[in-house]
Amino acid sequence: MTVRIKKAMLNILFYSVVIFAAAAFIAPIIIVFYNSFKGRLYITSSPFSLPDTETFSGIQNYINGVRRTGFFSAFGYSFFITVLSVAVIVLLCSMTAWYLVRQRGKLSKGIYYAFVFSMIVPFQMVMFTMSKVANILGLDNPLGIVIIYLGFGSGLSVFMFYGFAKSIPMEIEEAATIDGCGPISMFFKVIFPMLRPIATTVAILNAMWIWNDYLLPYLVIGNNYRTIPIAVQYLEGGYGSRDIGALMALLVLSVIPIVIFYLAAQKQIVKGVVAGAVKG
Amino acid sequence: MGKHRQGYFPKKYFFVFLLPTLLAFAVSFVIPFILGIYLSFTEFTTVTDGRWVGLQNYISAFSGDSGFLDALLFTVRFTVVSTVTVNVIAFFLALALTRGKKGTNFFRTVFFMPNLIGGIVLGYIWQLIINGVLSYFGVDITYSAEYGFWGLVILTNWQLIGYMMIIYIAGINNIPGEIVEAAKIDGASPFGMLRYITIPTVMPSVTICLFLTLTNSFKMFDQNLALTGGAPGRESSMLALDIYKTFYGRVGEEGVGQAKAVIFFVIVALIALIQLRLTDRNKKDGKKR
Repeated sequence: MTVRIKKAMLNILFYSVVIFAAAAFIAPIIIVFYNSFKGRLYITSSPFSLPDTETFSGIQNYINGVRRTGFFSAFGYSFFITVLSVAVIVLLCSMTAWYLVRQRGKLSKGIYYAFVFSMIVPFQMVMFTMSKVANILGLDNPLGIVIIYLGFGSGLSVFMFYGFAKSIPMEIEEAATIDGCGPISMFFKVIFPMLRPIATTVAILNAMWIWNDYLLPYLVIGNNYRTIPIAVQYLEGGYGSRDIGALMALLVLSVIPIVIFYLAAQKQIVKGVVAGAVKG
Repeated sequence: MGKHRQGYFPKKYFFVFLLPTLLAFAVSFVIPFILGIYLSFTEFTTVTDGRWVGLQNYISAFSGDSGFLDALLFTVRFTVVSTVTVNVIAFFLALALTRGKKGTNFFRTVFFMPNLIGGIVLGYIWQLIINGVLSYFGVDITYSAEYGFWGLVILTNWQLIGYMMIIYIAGINNIPGEIVEAAKIDGASPFGMLRYITIPTVMPSVTICLFLTLTNSFKMFDQNLALTGGAPGRESSMLALDIYKTFYGRVGEEGVGQAKAVIFFVIVALIALIQLRLTDRNKKDGKKR
């Protein structure tokens, strides 16, 4: 009997702690969500009260926010840059890593260590010079920035592919060579399919980083092309009166794609993030 | 066959497999990095007009009114506090969520989600919440740097706890079942189990999580910019924001900004080296056992 009571008590303790914590984790998003439907003056005067007939403003905040920042084009740029950069990074970095693994020699080792080294360098170290170089080379547009992302993403990506490619047994490649496979068809038919699991991880880590990145795109293309984080910051840091209603609407619009992506690919995301942490 | 042959690929494949990545890497990292080190010893407004000034920029960076030392102090204090709080809370949540209770998956999902939201958006979400609470006292987050400090700590906890929790859960799930069984048969108390079995076996995860939180906190920029923007004045500026403001906030200070950036890089590199040492030692210990 006492064991059962003890067990029940423990259960109650467990659920009250965990539910309290979960509520604390969800609350900020819920509060932002219902505030996005309130008139802007009511958001500052009573931020925690739910909208009522007096304070409810329909989708006015959304209209203002989208109009002032061009949110839909920002979404388009974010989407375009993220998808293209991730595709380029996964393809080219896996090729590079395999090449570096197989092409033994001091040069290969040196290049590999340069990639590894770049992982520990904070962005602030190169932000000014990089944005000037990008400007001089005409990379300050949504297509050019993909090259910048390839350069910045290559450190972690080559490192992760390299660790995986090292474990591919040579015999497989020798057999393929005998069958008349050249390096390029070997890569696409034999190597890349074997790198698939790590490619998913690399894709997810880079997608999360590039989608949320603010400072790099702001410095390189921010004047002409706004991605979502730039649009949010523009609304706040921009000129004119502060429109907190429009801000709430933009926050909601920014979180929605992330939540959808998370719920759709939760398993891969969690796996990828853990693998990235353990390696990095 | 071929294992020790250097030329695995015919020469022309260099241009296919290596060159594209290498060019992008050179343009966005190698050249800016070398240029950055050089420019930290010059006075410049754009990358081509550097005029050699020796260590002057470094001296200016450490002078009283540059704000760098204040930012360093703020950053270190913030990093220590958030590393401790994030990891303690994440560890206990991981313990709670590895007992096979109902709803475990749902809770893991909820705790992990904030980690996917970008820093700018996170900053403004918490600005609303914190200003909302502070409005009852007639102030807002820019009233005092202490508010900004604790605001950043809360935000960081919200962002990173779920992430660290997932890594701790992976570590705890790696504990072999036989050991747990054996300890139970030997009559180990729950506290004893924690002290002598759980904590020692998840030590590698602890190292990973400590350094992840540490570097994430130390390099934080977006959240800082959105939550307080460094206000009041620049009292709640962390290092990354201080460097940014030196570059783009004041004209003619680019050299000082670059010098600060080099110092920032050296500190981050030292942290990474310490981490490498510790992880290597962990691995060796593991092999000995």
